[in-house]
Amino acid sequence: MTLHKLGHFHGGLHLDDHKAESTGQPIEPQPPGKELVLPLRQHIGHDAEAVVKPGDRVGKGQLIAQPFGDISAAIHAPTSGTVVAIEGRPFPHPSGLPVESIVIAADGEDRWAQGLPAPVADFRNLSAPELTQRIREAGIVGLGGAAFPTDAKLRIDKNSISTLVINGAECEPWITCDDMLMREQASGIVSGIAILQHILRPMETLIGIEDNKPEAIEAMRQALATARLDNTEVVVIPTLYPSGGEKQLIKILTGKEVPSGGLPLQIGVVCQNVGTTFAIFEAIVEGKPLIERVVTVTGDGVQQPHNLRLRIGTPISAAIAAAGGYVEGVAELLIGGPMMGVALPSDEVPLIKSANCILASTPANLRRHDAHPCIRCGECATVCPAQLLPQQLYWYARAKDHDKAEDHHLFDCIECGCCDYVCPSHIPLVQYYRHAKGEIRHLRKEKEKADRARIRHQLREERLAREKAERAARLAAKKAALEKKKAAKQDAGDTPDPKKDAIAAALERAKARKAALQQEKAGKTAQESNESP
Amino acid sequence: MKFQIDSSPHLPPVNDVSRLMRQVLLALLPGIAVASWYFGWGVLINLVVATLLAVGFEALILAIRRRPVVPVISDYSAVVTAWLLVLALPPLAPWWLLTIGVFFAIVVAKQLYGGLGYNPFNPAMVGYVVLLISFPATMTNWMAPTTLADFHLGLSDALRVTFTGEFPPGLDWDAITAATPLDTVRSGLRLGESISEMQDQIPFGLLAGEGWEWISIAFLLGGLWLLWKGIIDWQVPVGLLAALGLLSAVFSLYDPEYFSSPLYQLLGGGAMLGAFFIATDPVSGSTTPLGRLLFGIGVGTITFVIRSWGGYPDGIAFGVLLMNMAAPMIDEYTRPRVYGER
Ligand code: SF4
Ligand code: SF4
Repeated sequence: MTLHKLGHFHGGLHLDDHKAESTGQPIEPQPPGKELVLPLRQHIGHDAEAVVKPGDRVGKGQLIAQPFGDISAAIHAPTSGTVVAIEGRPFPHPSGLPVESIVIAADGEDRWAQGLPAPVADFRNLSAPELTQRIREAGIVGLGGAAFPTDAKLRIDKNSISTLVINGAECEPWITCDDMLMREQASGIVSGIAILQHILRPMETLIGIEDNKPEAIEAMRQALATARLDNTEVVVIPTLYPSGGEKQLIKILTGKEVPSGGLPLQIGVVCQNVGTTFAIFEAIVEGKPLIERVVTVTGDGVQQPHNLRLRIGTPISAAIAAAGGYVEGVAELLIGGPMMGVALPSDEVPLIKSANCILASTPANLRRHDAHPCIRCGECATVCPAQLLPQQLYWYARAKDHDKAEDHHLFDCIECGCCDYVCPSHIPLVQYYRHAKGEIRHLRKEKEKADRARIRHQLREERLAREKAERAARLAAKKAALEKKKAAKQDAGDTPDPKKDAIAAALERAKARKAALQQEKAGKTAQESNESP
Repeated sequence: MKFQIDSSPHLPPVNDVSRLMRQVLLALLPGIAVASWYFGWGVLINLVVATLLAVGFEALILAIRRRPVVPVISDYSAVVTAWLLVLALPPLAPWWLLTIGVFFAIVVAKQLYGGLGYNPFNPAMVGYVVLLISFPATMTNWMAPTTLADFHLGLSDALRVTFTGEFPPGLDWDAITAATPLDTVRSGLRLGESISEMQDQIPFGLLAGEGWEWISIAFLLGGLWLLWKGIIDWQVPVGLLAALGLLSAVFSLYDPEYFSSPLYQLLGGGAMLGAFFIATDPVSGSTTPLGRLLFGIGVGTITFVIRSWGGYPDGIAFGVLLMNMAAPMIDEYTRPRVYGER
């Protein structure tokens, strides 16, 4: 075992981890329910495009929506049944607004579809692009919560990766799905890592796990020893929220910082979550697309917190029922952990790919709404893992001073909630940042739209002007020709000389041709200069 | 089932302004106890009177501004301001002096600017400086430490002095006042005496003035407790005390007959109270780590300059107020490097 020198990030919090509540019991597989709802937008990027229509029969694992564009993800039928509708359905988001979704009524047979891609006996026989394509076809997205299409992270230049980081930190309180997956499926995860290594050819692979998961660390180490992967190592990191944040974990493991506003790729790092890695293993080695995931159903608001293996599209209410139902007086329902999770207005929404945790809380675990003015104590800056000045950001966000807020790196805020949690004045800081970011993005989009409209308008004006000039030129030419005819008639009246006439006409023709040529050229350059502003 | 929605993070907060303020008050208690031991009932009477005045003024203004009264009063910040002001005033300060001081601190310096969080100047120090400039004579009516005094003032005597200005038979201001250590040195130097000459005549105590040294040490202990609890950061106190200590060390080495020693500077006046409790006021101070260090160094330096060459015996208050003015600029120039920024 080598000792890896750890870097560290600024700030962070020691939180009660509440992991023990949901790790007492193995992951429990759940049968599919009666109705599954699959939103076409459950990943970052472009919505998927439905390839089935109401009335179609589908088999388990069948493609029902294909990715649209480079950054998008496929969606598959989580069980066999019939497509009963493609319509807007409530989505796991605080707004509760509907998202276009494919609704499948299960037939109870849970029968695999025909013609699914065959399992790959030895992935080493496939090229990197082939493997990446299979990962894309399996609809895999980041399962740590970000839901970024995984294949998009893997389409890179050869030999540009120095470190592959596998994220098993799982730093948020209450969530244990990665922990349990590592305990139970370490060899599958390690196979997934081997596939990623085959695609990315990194110089080293570092698996970061917080030291509050000794069983997972042990299981992963053993699986690694069995698989004998070169330059691959489990690195035990201190438990400190948010060490599982991509940028923070990269700093801890490699000592390097992802450039502000940039991507890990720029410093030769690719980061994948252990759950995603396991999904890659299942897709390639077992030929299964992403139709289920491990979810921690926990909190002091459910009867029996534990981890479930649930089909994507299962109603949250069914997941809660599988965990023994709510306790009396439950007050809040979250997707994700307490620090970064989003609150749901209702449990009648489907489980989506990015949902790692369903957390139900009683009033004892809610935030308070008794905000006082900021006393500039600086606690927020002390704990901010992005080294921002949250207090200043708050003032600028509140005053809608967007330029200043961006100047103070608003967009480097990872919304981890550390500042908010320690603020003695109980100011909902993250809410302010999220709002300001949304507003700035909106304004940018508006501006882009306005710019595009302005350019369109300019082009139109120029085209109209050109057409007008051409019309005028044509008119003038016609007039000249007419006049010449008249003059020629007069000439003919004096001394008819057909030879002279013919020469003059030829001269005229040559001149006109030259003029037309010039005109055409001028028109062309005008057009070109328009096209490249 | 339906749920209410809220923004992340979804956890009860760990900190609380009201608790922070109460902890500051708690940390002041050792210093208050020692001060009462050396200066008698006056200290406690002033604390009670000033607390009532501060809370009363704040409630009144809030009512006038049509703001909720109870949540703001219960943040204890007015009480902290009142106590800090009292601890900077002479122990037998008359009631009207307290009233004017608290009025300027709470009403003018704090509430007129919008209340806690919006005041650019340290309210207690505004109150103090207003009094120092308006009533310089009253402000120097410090009494001799009880350990050196040949008089005794009981609770009722002290109450009478505070509220009516009348002394028990046979006593008057002249009989009970004595210059503070810093004052003693100042006026001595003015008269052409050297530090070593003064040392023989006046109650220098063990380290830096009878009574004063122990009060300072008690504030130091309270301050260290605040540091340990993470309620204040180290930058301001360290910057302030280091600047004051180093400057006085250099100058007293250069001319020991004119400049008093670092120990005397650090323990003979308001340096400890200032370093741990006053200059650490977050609202009016600097907020970045480096900025706080600079803020502390600034206060320490200004204090040393005023003590050595200025017209007032102590300079903490002016140091704090001057640095309050510089704080926004300091913050602007000491922004920490952001993660991933090159
Ligand atoms: S923690 Fe809260 S009160 Fe303190 S500076 Fe930050 S925002 Fe202001
Ligand atoms: S939410 Fe943003 S500003 Fe607050 S601590 Fe996290 S990164 Fe810093």
